[in-house]
Amino acid sequence: MGTGQQAATRDVITLKGSSSIVGEFFSYAVNSILFQRGLYPSEQFDRVKKYGLTMLVSHEDKVKGYISAVTSQIADWLQTGKVQRVVMVISSLATKEVLERWNFLIETDREATETGATKEKSDKEIMQEIQAIMRQITSSVTFLPHLEESCSFELLVYTDTDLEAPTSWEESDPRLIKKAQEVKLRSLNTKIHKIDSLVAYKVDDDSNV
Amino acid sequence: MLVLGKENSQLQQQPLRSDCSQEEYKKQLAENLLRDANIFQKKSRILAFKSKPPPPPEGFERESRLLYSENTAPGASKPRRMFRQIPQAPERTLDAPEILDDYYLNLLDWGTNNILAVALGHTVYLWNATTGGIEELMQVSEDDGPVTSVSWAPDGKHISVGLNNADVQLWDAFSLRQVRSLKAHTARVGSLAWNGPILSTGGRDNVIFNHDVRIREHVTGKMAAHQQEVCGLKWSPSGQQLASGGNDNLLYVWDAAAAASRGNSTYLHRLDEHQAAVKALAWCPFQSNLLASGGGTADRCIKFWNTHTGACIQSVDTASQVCALQWSKHERELLSSHGFSQNQLILWKYPSMVKMAELTGHTSRVLHMAQSPDGYTVASAAGDETLRFWQVFGTPDTTKATAVRTKASSSALNSRCIR
Repeated sequence: MGTGQQAATRDVITLKGSSSIVGEFFSYAVNSILFQRGLYPSEQFDRVKKYGLTMLVSHEDKVKGYISAVTSQIADWLQTGKVQRVVMVISSLATKEVLERWNFLIETDREATETGATKEKSDKEIMQEIQAIMRQITSSVTFLPHLEESCSFELLVYTDTDLEAPTSWEESDPRLIKKAQEVKLRSLNTKIHKIDSLVAYKVDDDSNV
Repeated sequence: MLVLGKENSQLQQQPLRSDCSQEEYKKQLAENLLRDANIFQKKSRILAFKSKPPPPPEGFERESRLLYSENTAPGASKPRRMFRQIPQAPERTLDAPEILDDYYLNLLDWGTNNILAVALGHTVYLWNATTGGIEELMQVSEDDGPVTSVSWAPDGKHISVGLNNADVQLWDAFSLRQVRSLKAHTARVGSLAWNGPILSTGGRDNVIFNHDVRIREHVTGKMAAHQQEVCGLKWSPSGQQLASGGNDNLLYVWDAAAAASRGNSTYLHRLDEHQAAVKALAWCPFQSNLLASGGGTADRCIKFWNTHTGACIQSVDTASQVCALQWSKHERELLSSHGFSQNQLILWKYPSMVKMAELTGHTSRVLHMAQSPDGYTVASAAGDETLRFWQVFGTPDTTKATAVRTKASSSALNSRCIR
């Protein structure tokens, strides 16, 4: 926008750039949730520095492969503006009952997808917003009910009906929780993509309210 | 009628010539409306990647379940909240002659070996809960005693004894021999707490020391923050945090890593909401970072703390001096013991803090409480020189067969990463 190229390029957000930031955010968020909720043994995770925090990332091949395949596809789709939300479903391995749903609702700026317009937002601000969400994910353990049994997870992507999906993807039901309590978390806004997060968890039958 | 001004003007420029165009117009209108409608009203398809992530490794989950659960089919519906009968009378009463009626001491501890240690005056007795037999562990001289605190080591073989002369002795309970003497304090040692091979000791000199009992130079940490006698000392189940309560009405939470440094450590939180001495401390077994504390005569409150943030989550006025606290390992319940005027034990439901039962019997303030390793029985010792055993946390049959809420691995995970 301005004449000072150096400073301007740092703060300019393109559709592609934003999609990549959001895709990467999902990848780290999913890893963090897997670690915090104890879905996989802690020995399977490595510590990496990201977003000014120590993030835990799985080094187990299959888990890593799944997350990377899904989030890179999401990043591609984000460029079309047709992604509505990404949901991480945590369910009991044995009974398949859904115990937790981490919802990331996405709003894409129309102008960016239609005209390729760029926006302005500092990297620093975006990183701070992501940092805040990651911290919230970590501290969510203080209110989320303990997952007593072995659980599996899955990532679902809600898209517009006219989005082309490769054959490696299939249609799914939303896998909702029967009786859920919801907690809204902070949001992330790159000015092109706005992500609202919330976690829904199964209400424990005998917890006192 | 039209949604946006921009749209409005665009459409108005379209000539409405015939019925055909009108249909066109309506269609366009509908499309525009749809496009700008709330994202959640949009129709969507839900996609999932065909190739699913792997399940967690076999051993991983089973490990923790073996430790704590009792043949629960995963996902089996938990039995409805059963009202269980809590016997109003103790199942057993033992004599405890010469037990000191001093609020600031900690004279009772039940080891993982199912042996209850109690200090009566200058002698420490071991009562074997399995066999019912009693044994004298040790007796100190008039000058060195009385005994001011006892605490079993996690291994169930060794026991630490704090004395009035500021000495802390480590005894082998099987061979009945003294193994070590830990000298560091300059006044009586009224509180003890173990964390693996580390023994934390709190004294009337207001200082807390950490001792590594395996090495020669045993003092590995010093925590000097209290302004008066340290009467409450408890390590969190994860071993990451130490809570200390003093006669100065303060409750401190210390970080394990900081407490390991050789110099004087700084605390994590300084909690000053109690209006009287804080002796009763208990870490929640089913929720990490949750600590319950009880205040003395002028305070009478039980307060709950988030030790991650230092915030006070709840405060309940019990109307009586709180001497000790014990969490149930099986249910979400908390047991508190009191002094004047009823000298009762109160069982509370957590987090509603509804009173589930009040157990009376003691005729003097119920200074100490200790829980059996199986978590069903609580022993209470009072100034009336009796030791009473209460079947307050249920029996193996009435208890729900579910895994304990906090598993060692999970709490370690949480405390490692919480910022």
